[in-house]
Amino acid sequence: METSTAEIARIHVTMPRGESGPAPDAAGEIRPKLRVRDLNFYYGGYHALKSITMDIPEKKVTAYIGPSGCGKSTLLRTFNRMYSLYPDQRAEGEIIMDGENLLTSKQDVSLIRARIGMVFQKATPFPMSIYDNIAFGVRLFENLGRGEMDERVEWALKRAALWPEVKDKLSQSGNGLSGGQQQRLCIARSIAIKPEVILLDEPCSALDPISTAKIEELINELKHDYTVVIVTHNMQQAARVSDYTAYIYLGEMIEFDATDTIFIKPKHKQTEDYITGRFG
Amino acid sequence: MSEAAMSVIHPANRVYLARKRRNVLMLAISSLALAFGLFWLVWIVFTLLYEGGAALARVGLYTQMTPPPGADGGLANAIAGSLMMAGVGTLLGTPVGILAGTYLAEYGRGSWLAAATRFLNDVLLSAPSIVIGLFVYSVYVAKIGHFSGWAGSIALALLVIPVVVRTTDDMLKLVPGSLREAAAALGCPTWKMITSITYRAARAGILTGILLAVARISGETAPLLFTALNNQFWSVNMNAPMANLPVVIFQFAMSPYEDWHRLAWGGAALITMAVLALNIVARILFRKSD
Repeated sequence: METSTAEIARIHVTMPRGESGPAPDAAGEIRPKLRVRDLNFYYGGYHALKSITMDIPEKKVTAYIGPSGCGKSTLLRTFNRMYSLYPDQRAEGEIIMDGENLLTSKQDVSLIRARIGMVFQKATPFPMSIYDNIAFGVRLFENLGRGEMDERVEWALKRAALWPEVKDKLSQSGNGLSGGQQQRLCIARSIAIKPEVILLDEPCSALDPISTAKIEELINELKHDYTVVIVTHNMQQAARVSDYTAYIYLGEMIEFDATDTIFIKPKHKQTEDYITGRFG
Repeated sequence: MSEAAMSVIHPANRVYLARKRRNVLMLAISSLALAFGLFWLVWIVFTLLYEGGAALARVGLYTQMTPPPGADGGLANAIAGSLMMAGVGTLLGTPVGILAGTYLAEYGRGSWLAAATRFLNDVLLSAPSIVIGLFVYSVYVAKIGHFSGWAGSIALALLVIPVVVRTTDDMLKLVPGSLREAAAALGCPTWKMITSITYRAARAGILTGILLAVARISGETAPLLFTALNNQFWSVNMNAPMANLPVVIFQFAMSPYEDWHRLAWGGAALITMAVLALNIVARILFRKSD
């Protein structure tokens, strides 16, 4: 294994590239949860991500911003190997979690996806009851008794701030919920299997402002226990919810730093232009 | 008048009027086509009920065996034979069809093998059923040396398979990819994703396909003529020639005997009503899912 203690130490001391890692925040040292090293991604012959290197800090919220088609969702989908579902997509490089490169073929993708949960742009409740929507993922890895499962479902729904709205209709179809509720159901479903990382791919882009506010509150809650990575095309949202922000443009990571720094005094002119709306 | 006041959007606009006329014309043509199609359908159902209605209402039709000319009788053995062979045919063909359709829609996406299989399946779907009958005759009946219920069931299964493959494939492809990704994102293996998510989402459509296949085989005559043949006695032995409605209808309708004609009409009305009922059930199931 090429990730030795020495290497971890090296990464803590010097980030491989100037913009690949944010400076430690006031809370102190940053522990990287996911370390992306020289990641290249291809859709068939199209080179979508170009040599991305960055550290995703543990138990923080990291946001990806950038114009449509820049590769921010693509980057997110490499973390849980979502691209493996499609034969013409491939990633090169390393994404290291707990000393293991997630991108090697010997990794069990199901286990990776259980440890790194994902919530999509469009809410995707399964065609089953609200209860079973949550229990489905749990049953893949745990044999819980009825009582324990009930507790887990309640816990996940409370965590996703959905419990008061659905506690009396757990046996009803998940499709009967409103858009915002469906999205929180999907978040609950991810949390229920107790992942370490949660990936959010534009989770609020189809939601009204009230539902969006609820999910943003939820993200703030989640970062106490989980590492959160969010893709958003809404810069205000990135500013509100994230601790760190990466600006991606045409498959390259232009700048990655503490959110305050990115929004107040970005190092790169390109980042500044995008954030101030003078992009073009 | 200023240019702004001379808007082209007014009721006497020529382009708009021409489009309106064309709309009326198209509506008239398509309504006529609808009426033309429905006319024959209604006529068929009406004739069947007019000629066979009395036979349908007679209890003897369901309890007595097919009679010799001039004697009293019913279609009990043919009904039983048809139900058994259609049932076994469906049981044999459905799992194969669903699994093959699942391969096409889920595992074989974009693969060369799936494209070739889909094409061949479409050929099989439109193959004349008499070809299927002759095929089973030559590979099974001729080897065994006698007609049998099994041979009939195999022929019917071969007709079920392409219908079920096609509908399963189509219905699974209608399930949004986002649902598959959502299941995969929980760490769900592919087989589990298919059995508990996509099958569930496509359940009504797949079930409709099976019912349509049953409806199709319940009226097929040609494949049974060469495989199950017929049997004028009560027999539930699948290894012996077996009576069935389509062949009995064919035989009786071709005969010179008036009482056989009555029974043939009764059988034809019975099959048509059963197929109609199946289609209605399929519709209701399909609507329930939305």
